Amino acid sequence: MVEGTEPMSERERILGRIREALKGRAPLPGHHGEVVENFAGPERETFSQWLPAVGNTKKAKFEAFAKASADLKTDFRHVADEATMIRELRSVAKEEGWIKVASHHTDLTDMACGKLGLPTLWTDGGYDVNEMESCDVGISVCDALVAQTGTIVLTSRTGGGRALSVLPPHHVVLAHSKQMVRDLPAAFALLKERFGDGFPSMMTLITGPSRTGDIERILVLGAHGPKKLTVLCHD
Amino acid sequence: MSSPVSQFKTDATAKAGDLRHRGLIQTALRKYEIVRDVRKGAFQDWEQARQSAAETKFFAINHLDTHLVEFAEKLEARGTKVHWASTASQAREIIGGIIKQKQAKSVVKSKAMTAEEIHLNPALEKLGFEVVESDLGEYIVQLREEAPYHIVFPAMHLTRAEISDLFHNKLGSPETHSPEELTMIARDALREKYITADIGITGANFAIAETGMISVTENEGNARLSAALPKTMISLLGIEKVLPKLEDLALFLPMLATAGAGQQITCYNTMYGGPRQADECDGPEEYHVVLLDNRRTELLADPEQRDALHCIRCGACLNVCPIFRNVGGHTYGTTYSGPIGSVITPHLRGLQDWKHLSNSSSLCGACTETCPVKIDLHHHLLHNRRNASAGKPSVLERLAYRIYAIAVNTPGFWGLGKRIGRLAYPFARFFSGTIYDPARAWTKTRDLPPMPGQSFKEWWKERNR
Ligand code: SF4
Repeated sequence: MVEGTEPMSERERILGRIREALKGRAPLPGHHGEVVENFAGPERETFSQWLPAVGNTKKAKFEAFAKASADLKTDFRHVADEATMIRELRSVAKEEGWIKVASHHTDLTDMACGKLGLPTLWTDGGYDVNEMESCDVGISVCDALVAQTGTIVLTSRTGGGRALSVLPPHHVVLAHSKQMVRDLPAAFALLKERFGDGFPSMMTLITGPSRTGDIERILVLGAHGPKKLTVLCHD
Repeated sequence: MSSPVSQFKTDATAKAGDLRHRGLIQTALRKYEIVRDVRKGAFQDWEQARQSAAETKFFAINHLDTHLVEFAEKLEARGTKVHWASTASQAREIIGGIIKQKQAKSVVKSKAMTAEEIHLNPALEKLGFEVVESDLGEYIVQLREEAPYHIVFPAMHLTRAEISDLFHNKLGSPETHSPEELTMIARDALREKYITADIGITGANFAIAETGMISVTENEGNARLSAALPKTMISLLGIEKVLPKLEDLALFLPMLATAGAGQQITCYNTMYGGPRQADECDGPEEYHVVLLDNRRTELLADPEQRDALHCIRCGACLNVCPIFRNVGGHTYGTTYSGPIGSVITPHLRGLQDWKHLSNSSSLCGACTETCPVKIDLHHHLLHNRRNASAGKPSVLERLAYRIYAIAVNTPGFWGLGKRIGRLAYPFARFFSGTIYDPARAWTKTRDLPPMPGQSFKEWWKERNR
């Protein structure tokens, strides 16, 4: 069944049924059962106006991100410069007693991990999964921070692969304040602009540490992914 | 096996009287209502957001053929194998075939209602593969060998004590009533599975036509691990999941989270568009996407109810439904329960066998009002009722209405009935609800309202005197 021409014909059969079914016209939602001719799709420019409001100044964006982070239990620290960021990273490392870290090569992570001076597993070019599982933290950069929701955007190409940000028990994101975007529509516009001619195989929006409410709807952090999420952002 | 309708009646009666069940569901859903309202309130305009979401899905579904072709071609361009399955058994064969070909031993799966719909796990187990559910709630119900209770909260019908007992019996873990500790027991048990699994299976919340990606929404990180570590990844999704453009997610992700769980946005929203690429360091070597019809095209062919395919499976209509809250998720005996389940199951599994679900509704409209994509749910319940009785009319019901029509159109007849009613009422009270009562099905749980001493007509006459 899997090989050969059979799946092709199943494709044609399904598409044929769809085309046949669509000959009858359905009413447009919110139009009291009316069929609207030549409906050209939603007005996507308006989406921002319905979503939760965020100011457009740098201050407003950082306040929104900080508030969302507090709700989500993300440890968010906005610091003056790179040197302060490294100091913060080292103090987190000490507090948490990291022995081994995992990261990927970028100018920023190279420098930061160098300053930590701990054994480091680099994901670039492949790595051993069991070894990553034994790391105390995954340190990555990101593509954007979203003020509206306290979200981190990263991809398999730019964020050290698929597992780095989800397998170790702690995920630390190193970011620059220029990466802060206002809302979700802006984040998707940025992804399209950056990767439009060749998307990575995975893009993810991370909002807070891993969580579950599956037991009596009581919130527990660290279900399968990281129990802790730290975002260090410098100006 | 009993028929769906008699199973429904028996289970509904039992569950409606089960106070423990009621307490559990009411507490959980009250918590949900509070956070949902806060999140909805944060939107600048929730109603306009609903209209935009409804229009987006309308456009996606009413051009489903072009969107699916675009979706598949973009995926294939990045090295994904796209499979098309008309029926549940074809989908099971395709997935079973891939696993066999890979000579895989173990499979780790993240929550996918579509997989429940085609009964994937039992089929794979029959072929000799171990399938582990990785979502905590799904893992719990899998250990209990039962179906998910709710499409979003699979284990909401269980207390932590029950879960503790379950883990103790099945995993040998120490008893604990702490949700944290219970979660950690599952986390540890499943870690090993991710690392050793050969195959990862996921569902999808959305399929982005423009970029050829699926989008998976989850809180736990289990889907992300299932998509990162195993060598082969398979995603199973219904053909109705499409969204035309990538930026549509900017609206749908927060709406799904708000309506479904009262979250601003779910913890992980991840888009997958292919296997590991040349410039990437990890991810599956092979990626398969299975597109499932399974009678969705029949629903598509009904323009009146086509919007039921706009459903994003947020579960909001279940949460607000007074029927769901009384009879519980398992009583429906379907993969999709609550109002949306009552609307679509007759299309997916046969109208005459499943029409009772459309009848068991108070038609209060709470579902329609809450649905983030504005599906006209309670009217569709009426449409199903109409179609069911047109397809298989009840002779007795017709006769009863014919007699009633004569009675109400003949003043003498009506007056006589009124007088008999008044005389008979004192005696009827003794029979009402007993086995001698022909209307027992109705009266056994309801009081017979007293006959008023004066009718409206008599009152009107007196007033004008
Ligand atoms: S019908 Fe609407 S409310 Fe119900 S699950 Fe689907 S999208 Fe949610």
